[in-house]
Amino acid sequence: MNARDLLDLVWIVPALPALGAAILLLFGRRLGEPKAGWLATGLMALAFGWSVVMLLALRNVEPRTHTVDLFTWFPTGGLQVKMGFLADPLSITFILFVTGVGTLIHIYSLGYMHGDENFGRFFAFMNLFCASMLVLVLGSSFLVTFLGWEGVGLCSYLLVSFWFQRNSAAVAGKKAFVTTRVGDFGFMVAMFLIFAELGSLNYSAMNAGASKLAAGTATAIALLLFLGAVGKSAQFPLHVWLPDAMEGPTPVSALIHAATMVTAGVFLVARAHPFFEASGGSALTVVSIIGAATALLAATVALIQVDIKRVLAYSTISQLGFMFLALGVGAYAAAIFLVVAHAFYKAALFLGAGSVIHATDDNQDMRTMGGLRKYLPFTALGFIIAWLAIAGVPPFAGFWAKDDVLSRAYFAGDYGVWIVGTAAALLTAFYMTRAVWLVFYGNERFEAVEAPDEAEEHGFSLESPTVPAYVPPKPPRLTHEPHESPVTMTFPIVALAVLAAVGGVLSLPFRSVEFLTQWLEPVFADAPKIDVTSFVAGSTLEGISVVFGLIGLYIAYRIYRQGIPSAEGDPLPERLGVAGRLFQHAYYFDEAIANLVRGPVYRFADWLNRGFDLGIIDGAVNGVATLVRDSGNRLRRVQTGLVRNYALGVVLGAVALLVFLAIRAG
Amino acid sequence: MSLAALDITPNYYLVVGALMFTIGAVGLLLRRNVLVMFMCVELMLNAANLTFVTYSRALNDIGGQVIVFFTLVVAAAEVAVGLAIIVAIFRRRRGATADDVRLLKG
Repeated sequence: MNARDLLDLVWIVPALPALGAAILLLFGRRLGEPKAGWLATGLMALAFGWSVVMLLALRNVEPRTHTVDLFTWFPTGGLQVKMGFLADPLSITFILFVTGVGTLIHIYSLGYMHGDENFGRFFAFMNLFCASMLVLVLGSSFLVTFLGWEGVGLCSYLLVSFWFQRNSAAVAGKKAFVTTRVGDFGFMVAMFLIFAELGSLNYSAMNAGASKLAAGTATAIALLLFLGAVGKSAQFPLHVWLPDAMEGPTPVSALIHAATMVTAGVFLVARAHPFFEASGGSALTVVSIIGAATALLAATVALIQVDIKRVLAYSTISQLGFMFLALGVGAYAAAIFLVVAHAFYKAALFLGAGSVIHATDDNQDMRTMGGLRKYLPFTALGFIIAWLAIAGVPPFAGFWAKDDVLSRAYFAGDYGVWIVGTAAALLTAFYMTRAVWLVFYGNERFEAVEAPDEAEEHGFSLESPTVPAYVPPKPPRLTHEPHESPVTMTFPIVALAVLAAVGGVLSLPFRSVEFLTQWLEPVFADAPKIDVTSFVAGSTLEGISVVFGLIGLYIAYRIYRQGIPSAEGDPLPERLGVAGRLFQHAYYFDEAIANLVRGPVYRFADWLNRGFDLGIIDGAVNGVATLVRDSGNRLRRVQTGLVRNYALGVVLGAVALLVFLAIRAG
Repeated sequence: MSLAALDITPNYYLVVGALMFTIGAVGLLLRRNVLVMFMCVELMLNAANLTFVTYSRALNDIGGQVIVFFTLVVAAAEVAVGLAIIVAIFRRRRGATADDVRLLKG
């Protein structure tokens, strides 16, 4: 069987989790707890295995791209949309880490979702989520990608509001869906434009025709596509949904942040880079500015968060900013490298956070943790390795990936972007160190008691789960000592931590071992290359990057070495002063949106309700009714009930008729 | 002037018919007793019959007389239904004044 025949079967990769989702949606409840999970996990593992086969097959074809059309999805005159998949280095890279990291997260979920009454439903959605993401990256045209794109949006909604009995989860799910929809609008308009200009939505047509477009048209298409990416990848100013998406179960957060969903935007820009290149650089500048701004702003907000999952959420936004920064300077391969490395360490961090939450009776407040490494040795090990990776400490994967991004930004001549990125990297090291010390080191700020606290209130609140300005910490009274999680949960954490530690070998910045960069070369062949001009310069940049990372790390260590004296005693908000309040409110984004968008919209709706609906619509209906009733009231007087009156009417009518006939005859 | 000399033309019959019809119509409008109103209707019907027969004779067309039979049948049916209603009214109200029966007043 030759390699191209094998690549024809690439559709099996998304088909496996899709099959799992179908089976579990129909029979999930009957399969019950262990079986449903194992089925989903097994299918994901198979999908990963098949992805590896696809990788090996693709290595044997030249040129490194293979398109397979399964069937005509919908034939409409000039537009023949094929359900087609495209296997090239970019899509194969994505399916490898989506299925790989996805499998580990599935295994973790087996332990984390233990005892949940909707166990089967959870795994059905997880499988559907992965299947959608795989369709997204494998699609051979914008429309197939859009199919996966919307599927991912739907699944994020379903999973973020998985515990829909909690009002905050339901609100967060809606927020995620609606916010990303703003971006989807841009994606759709971009597709209309592409079809109008090129007559086809296939990527092959894009590769052939994009460079011939007028710069203005290409810029419009690129920016609209980028709007879609901004929504999906939670970039400024559409990032507000991601921190709230923490309401979902932790494995979902890990899946959204590491493997699926948020990297879709990066993928889209990388896939559609011919449009961005054809725009003559203006679209790319926008991408890099948005990316750099997001990287910095999200990092500052992450500094001061007290909820362990919110720290990680803002961290993800910040890291995604780095990826867009890389795309914006034209370092596409570096962006993909960071996507992969980030998938490893962010998944490890999220799963570790989930393990901590699991161990401490659903406590997410870092102020009331501390010293947990004694109780959770494996979780702590995995979390700490992932922390070193994200903080940019060599030789972990995060260092190589982030350095690849930043040094290419420097060599591309975007010094402003480079400075902002380096500052964000320093802040990253700081907030992650703070999180690690608050959670795993320092004094224990919790107590184990026999009697459980009063039951959590599950009441309904109408407030949207915006960033809380200040939440007084409640001293967690654990019903038991913190305990290490089962092996189904610790194994994925440690495995991902190992990947985060050694993931750098994918693409070390030395000419012959830049495997990932060389592997992705055919995809980005048409884009101008950014070459590291000299080894000395490259090394200097690396040195600067390491020094900045270590500075951030050391400052946080100095502040939090001893832990904090009490749950209330975090010194950071006071030291930051006004800026601290700004960070705590996440730059008042939610409030601004609430006041600027929601207020006028509500007022407009109110006006429509009272003026248009009640006045005109209801007025017309009621007016007709009134007219009929009033004319009826007048006409009823004719109906006297007196027979003789009616007889008079008959006679008069007859006379009138006679007169009429007489006149006509005469 | 002998009686035979009096030439009785169809016009006489028509005048009688018209008079009968007018008496019937005015009676129907002015009298309140349902029974009397009923008789007025009969008077009008028979006025119409007389006119039909007159024209039938004058125009030498049998059609007019045929229609009279239809009218008689209709009148008979009307009498059957109408008298039944009048009897029912009498039973309920001890009287038969048309103006008292005005349940359908709007």
